[in-house]
Amino acid sequence: MLRVDEAQEPVEFSPELITKFDEIVSRYPQGKQKSGLLPILHLVQAEFGWVSAPAMDKVAEYLSILPIEVYEVATFYTMYFLRPQGKYVLEVCRTSGCCLVGAEKIMDHIEETLGVKEGEVTPDGLFSWRGVECLAACGFGPVLQIGPEYTFYENLTNESVDKLISDLKAKAKN
Amino acid sequence: MGRKLLLEHINVPGINTFDVYRSKGGYASVEKALKTMSPEAIVEEVKKSGLRGRGGAGFPTGMKWSFLAKPEGVARYLVCNGDESEPGTFKDRYLMTYIPHLLIEGMIVSSFALGANTSYIYLRGEMMPQVRILERAIAEAKAKGFLGKNILGTGYDLELYVQPGGGAYICGEETALLESLEGKRGNPRIKPPFPAIAGLYGCPTVVNNVESIAAVVPIINEGGDEYAKIGIGRSTGTKLISAGGNLKKPGVYEIELGVPVEEFIYSDEYCGGIANGKRLKAVVAGGSSVPILPANLILKTINNEARLMSYESLSDGGFVSGTMLGSGGFIAYDEDACIVRNTWNFARFYHHESCGQCSPCREGTGWMEKVLHRLEYGHGKMSDMDLLVDVSKKIEGNTICPLGDAAAWPVASAIRHFRDEFEWHVTNASEATSRNYGLAHYADPLKVVETA
Ligand SMILES: Cc1cc2nc3c(=O)[nH]c(=O)nc-3n(C[C@H](O)[C@H](O)[C@H](O)COP(=O)(O)O)c2cc1C
Ligand code: SF4
Ligand code: FES
Repeated sequence: MLRVDEAQEPVEFSPELITKFDEIVSRYPQGKQKSGLLPILHLVQAEFGWVSAPAMDKVAEYLSILPIEVYEVATFYTMYFLRPQGKYVLEVCRTSGCCLVGAEKIMDHIEETLGVKEGEVTPDGLFSWRGVECLAACGFGPVLQIGPEYTFYENLTNESVDKLISDLKAKAKN
Repeated sequence: MGRKLLLEHINVPGINTFDVYRSKGGYASVEKALKTMSPEAIVEEVKKSGLRGRGGAGFPTGMKWSFLAKPEGVARYLVCNGDESEPGTFKDRYLMTYIPHLLIEGMIVSSFALGANTSYIYLRGEMMPQVRILERAIAEAKAKGFLGKNILGTGYDLELYVQPGGGAYICGEETALLESLEGKRGNPRIKPPFPAIAGLYGCPTVVNNVESIAAVVPIINEGGDEYAKIGIGRSTGTKLISAGGNLKKPGVYEIELGVPVEEFIYSDEYCGGIANGKRLKAVVAGGSSVPILPANLILKTINNEARLMSYESLSDGGFVSGTMLGSGGFIAYDEDACIVRNTWNFARFYHHESCGQCSPCREGTGWMEKVLHRLEYGHGKMSDMDLLVDVSKKIEGNTICPLGDAAAWPVASAIRHFRDEFEWHVTNASEATSRNYGLAHYADPLKVVETA
């Protein structure tokens, strides 16, 4: 179960981030700024890697809504991380279409290669992974995505997964 | 070769850019509609086309449009449903990735027809790459005068925005989508009122699937009557089929409605047959929510007629021996597929995605998942199959939105058609955890009962 962790660091939103928030809110009619909540939470997560309670409180303040209105949304949708994750979160589709073409074996391989169970973070803080539901790429399975850009990797094999992981390790070093 | 109305130019290099798209005749429907047609005339063409909603329910688009309330001084909205989360379905993502301007063109014409001056394209949150693609395309169209104020000097204003969701299948249901677009949890609303009366921000709203909106472009270009000549019976036009699973050539195919299922699976023009020389065991023809059929029943109806890719033919036989076209998410299962495991996989999906508002759906989906899990892992009982059918019946029709039905049907149909495989999982529990039941008789020709 997800929970909103207590005792979290206060956060500050940079002026650049606030500018992006402003642009989003401008898309809706006067007084309907709450519509910006989901896109804004994505921006917060892209910036901090996850969505902490203090960050949610700040978003509530920015949108002039109650903190609970942010919490209930952040906990309802699956994409928002309510606790820190690895720098790269490998999200593998675990639904029927992909299972027919080997998604479960790919998840086993990822678990073995990273040495952590689903939802856990590798000791170097670089990776975590989890199974997610159908990603609308069933013809090109197995597939995984990596946020915050949500880049897709299709037709996965053990070898392509190995290469992806080593590429990401190299990228993190630079 | 069938006609291609949506994907004709998909392989043209640079078709994702405004200039190339325009050079292939793109945005002609905007010029035609805004400069020479009234909104009512556009709705009339869409009605004549017979276009049925491509999101899954198949409701006639023109009729839906004509229900839109038009109170004086109240904004109206068009919201495009790009949530595409129904397992097996990946056509909308494909269309938006490769030919984004087609959707934008359709949005402009449709918004004009409905009298909307602000429209939203709601995408599932995982489609961030498509958010970027569409936003770039919108900026291009705006720079060329096809969006924004006074489009092409006609006096019509339209702003178009792309909105990402947060990851939730239920937000594909239109009222949950509207809640989500308002920045709330995706809990479906109780209907009535329907969105046509009170939708986004309480204003009259039309929600349409990506493919439905895209189809408006050829309908306006060629006329509704011409469009209606394609297809078969009340299944007019072309349809994007997402073909996945154990197929030789999985992918997105644009078919003229009415192609025989057998041709779709086996011909080289489409899927090229089953991968690795295996035999076909079963098909889910319209996304995970529709009844699964064994090979013999997907290829032929119970009356021994060839089954066609159309709304009517796929549903021939009702839920006893038929299925539905749904969203066109076509999943093929080969002889090695385990129906019990697959049914458990679907049940887990629906349990995971239930929004939790109605107890039959919230509790029932969890219960079905648990029972199917124990069947798959060798701890099932003979009474479990009846239990599952019983639970599925208690969910069906007793919930606020159709997700409950969508969760019940795959389970009920799997047990109806593959009961011996479920029973084998109970009687041969340890064997069932190490090997699959195989093809059994599911691909045998149907026995046809002679009638007078
Ligand atoms: C649980 C559930 C999920 C749905 N998911 C989608 C979806 O992902 N995309 C979609 O277009 N319609 C989806 N629908 C159907 C929509 O509610 C709605 O009927 C559709 O968007 C209308 O567009 P159309 O008439 O153009 O098909 C879903 C319905 C339900 C009940
Ligand atoms: S049927 Fe399920 S998903 Fe639909 S409103 Fe009820 S609980 Fe939510
Ligand atoms: S089943 Fe994996 S992307 Fe659809």
